[in-house]
Amino acid sequence: MIKLLKMMRDNQDRILTDWLDGLKASARRRDLIGDVEVKEHARKILTLISNPPPNTVLEDFSSEGWQTVRDQLMEISISRVAHGSSPSETAQFLLSLKPVMFKLIREQLTTAPDELFREIDVTNNFVDAMALHIAESYIQSRDKVIARQQEEMLELSTPVVMLWDGIVALPVIGTLDSSRAQMVMESLLHAIVQTNSRFAIIDITGVPTVDTLVAQHLLKTITAARLMGAECILSGIRPQIAQTIVHLGITLNDVVTRSKLSDAFRLALERSGRAVVQKAGQAPVVAPVAGVS
Amino acid sequence: MERIPILRIGSLLLVTIQVDLYDDLALQLQDDLSTRIADLGATGVLIDISALEIVDSFIGRTLANIAAIARVLDAETVVVGMQPAVAITLVELGMSLPGIRTALNVDLGMEYLRQAATGGDGVGTDHYAE
Repeated sequence: MIKLLKMMRDNQDRILTDWLDGLKASARRRDLIGDVEVKEHARKILTLISNPPPNTVLEDFSSEGWQTVRDQLMEISISRVAHGSSPSETAQFLLSLKPVMFKLIREQLTTAPDELFREIDVTNNFVDAMALHIAESYIQSRDKVIARQQEEMLELSTPVVMLWDGIVALPVIGTLDSSRAQMVMESLLHAIVQTNSRFAIIDITGVPTVDTLVAQHLLKTITAARLMGAECILSGIRPQIAQTIVHLGITLNDVVTRSKLSDAFRLALERSGRAVVQKAGQAPVVAPVAGVS
Repeated sequence: MERIPILRIGSLLLVTIQVDLYDDLALQLQDDLSTRIADLGATGVLIDISALEIVDSFIGRTLANIAAIARVLDAETVVVGMQPAVAITLVELGMSLPGIRTALNVDLGMEYLRQAATGGDGVGTDHYAE
């Protein structure tokens, strides 16, 4: 084995060139990951394999000595995920090392068939182990990305905004499934407590479809807010959705609804004893702007 | 036996629930409250449940009963300070407590009861006759 590693050290430049040539020959999407980066990855891996810590053998990829290689593979997989390579492309990157190594071993050991076979077997297993490892790392990295995106989406989708002292609004964007509806409910109720708001406006302009389940979630949220002592106003119901609601036989009798957010806001102001008035002797702000254009 | 204190403020009764409300205690409270309302001729009952963290269907029903009893005895009931988790639980249990007036805090609840007592419809209440 020492011999094989020595062989790799002595021929490192040649292996690298052949490896990269092999990679170039295989169908690879160059728009995703640049040649420079691939070369850098290949060079790092090759250097790490050729110079392992003492007492580290190629037969056992899971041993302590190969930790640096495993870390490097993890790093490569992260960059591959970020660039959008597929798992097979990522594994292919390492598997392309095989023919290069086989060729080299064959040249060096033509006179000793037994040894030749053994070295090829060892190399084969080692490269396979690396390919499996990078595939696994790839999936792990991608799972992490997916989990993070999911979390961010959930948080992004439920912002509670304060419109006025005592009036909060929750613009719901996107389809309301059970987990999102739960999150919407919780964030609205907590905002009501925190801001001490007596009025909550739920705006569903951004909800593409309302079915019985979505309506049920909305009604639950409205009822819970009422139990806490806040009044909910539902706004942003588009004509099609209004029709759907009626056709589905959903009753919104106990819910105050307005078609626009501005109408709901005006209602909330009115009910809390406030009004927006135009100052005497001043034209509306819109007029001068219109005059300019 | 443990009892929940009922405080009198003018013609109003104030109940603050600070402990876990188990079934017997809830029934005792219902009993005590009806007696006090009748004795004092109270016009309003304010129940503060801001410290209540656990609620079940029985407690929900008892609250509804208290409100109904108070109404029969000519007093308004306001439940104030319900926690989000409690509200979610009650809704999930299917108890929307339609007969109960609610308010965000004791302050707003008091305001509502005072206005209800003077017959004012008023600004600052939480629910409005549509």
